[in-house]
Amino acid sequence: MLYEVHARLLDFLQPSIQALQDFTILSGQAFRNIFRKPHYGEDIAMQADGIGVGSLPIVILTGFFSGAVMALQMSKALAQYGASGQVGQIVSVTLVRELGPVLTALLVSGRNASGIASEIGSMKVTEQIDAMRALGTDPIQKLVTPRLIATALTLPLLTIIADFVGLFGGYLMSCVFLNLTTSNQYWTTAYRALDFQDVVHGLIKPLIFGMIIALVGCFEGLRTKGGTQGVGRATTEAVVKASVWVFIVDLMITQIFVSMPRW
Amino acid sequence: MPPVLSFDRVTVRFEDQAVLDRVTFTVQPGETRILFGEAGSGKTVLLKTALGLVHPESGMVKLFEQEITGLKEKQLFDVRGRVGMLFQEGALFDSATVEENVAYPLLNRSVDGVKPDRFPEIERRVLRALEFVELEHTLEKFPSELSGGMRRRVGIARATVTEPALVLYDSPTAGLDPITANTIMALIVKERELRNTATVIVTHRYQDGQIMGNFRYDTTTGKIFPSPRVANTIFMVMRDGRLIFEGTQADLESSPDAYIRKFVRR
Repeated sequence: MLYEVHARLLDFLQPSIQALQDFTILSGQAFRNIFRKPHYGEDIAMQADGIGVGSLPIVILTGFFSGAVMALQMSKALAQYGASGQVGQIVSVTLVRELGPVLTALLVSGRNASGIASEIGSMKVTEQIDAMRALGTDPIQKLVTPRLIATALTLPLLTIIADFVGLFGGYLMSCVFLNLTTSNQYWTTAYRALDFQDVVHGLIKPLIFGMIIALVGCFEGLRTKGGTQGVGRATTEAVVKASVWVFIVDLMITQIFVSMPRW
Repeated sequence: MPPVLSFDRVTVRFEDQAVLDRVTFTVQPGETRILFGEAGSGKTVLLKTALGLVHPESGMVKLFEQEITGLKEKQLFDVRGRVGMLFQEGALFDSATVEENVAYPLLNRSVDGVKPDRFPEIERRVLRALEFVELEHTLEKFPSELSGGMRRRVGIARATVTEPALVLYDSPTAGLDPITANTIMALIVKERELRNTATVIVTHRYQDGQIMGNFRYDTTTGKIFPSPRVANTIFMVMRDGRLIFEGTQADLESSPDAYIRKFVRR
């Protein structure tokens, strides 16, 4: 009886453990390839263009509206305590520490983890990955490492842009439309509320989120099976898993920074 | 002469199922092997195992006398450079032009003294390979702009641009109309005859085997002509991962086995 339960538990856990092992191996190889030749600089630039420049419009839109909505939400709450002048501080701390990195990562995850998984998945089911190996190219070096580097580099940059645009959205809402505070006070409180640790906090997150998005997208793409249906499945899995991991890792990084003494 | 490819009791398992079961055979230089078998019988896995794309659970695979079973991926690149492979449906890179696809094997490594950075020489080799398959006018086209038969021909050009000693063809005529299929087979005969290449062809069509076994290429007319029973053509049949037949066309045609007879004169 006990043996049967044990065997069933093993059967249940085996696919997840296998997937974790494969993901760890893929990640290790992708990171190791950063320091190994050949380097595919053109592919990195192409991916950075697609992921970074391609995501810019949607990141700007989302950043702007999240900053504006936050200012609007805070307007009433702060007015109750006669602290309307502090709206800049709240918008900047929330955006830089939390909303900027997470929202940008979720957008890029939806847009690019799916794109990466479907592109690599299509290559897998049409045997292009096998052809690449047969023709003397390591698919991890050619496909995974450039995407890893490009996403890890561009996501922090996109987050910085989202933070600035969000602050501008908050400024428009609180200073121009609601007249909660003066322009000078808004920007001064927004600037003073942040210290170096917040900036580091806000940049480490997107760096790690970028790695997660690229690696999950590539992993799901590379293990695609079963034709076009399989590609669709891999795409969905990539977005869902990358998004869930963004939240989990966000909690972990926030916990680390919260428990650290202020610099 | 030493064999170009040999399998010695090779077994490949996917999960619990043996997709290749103790397969043993050898391919001599210049020899042609035609491999028949139903879908799922292990034909494609056999070709991929020969290239080291699939790793066997047991047994030994040798390419050009070098055992490849224990080699790591990067160690396999050199030996793979001496083998060409046409994948099912061609497996051309979607995002690359025909020229880039055919140049790919030359850009990755030095082949016969052609260094990856010597672009004029690479261009010349690419053009020659495309002229061989009569598609020299498609250099700038993308695979999506080509018909199924043209994609297969570009695949042949890519597989043979390095002039390998062994070429593996995975269902080169699958899904093509009879006229296009015969054009593809004529190209494969031409490749074999002009370069004395060892050839392994996986196919469902008996006609493909017949063309390989009974036709030769005439360099003066540029066409293939009947030449019954080309000596170095061996037929093989696979069933459920096992190699159940290996012999000449006459042996194949006289086999009493119902499964084997399914592949004769269809």
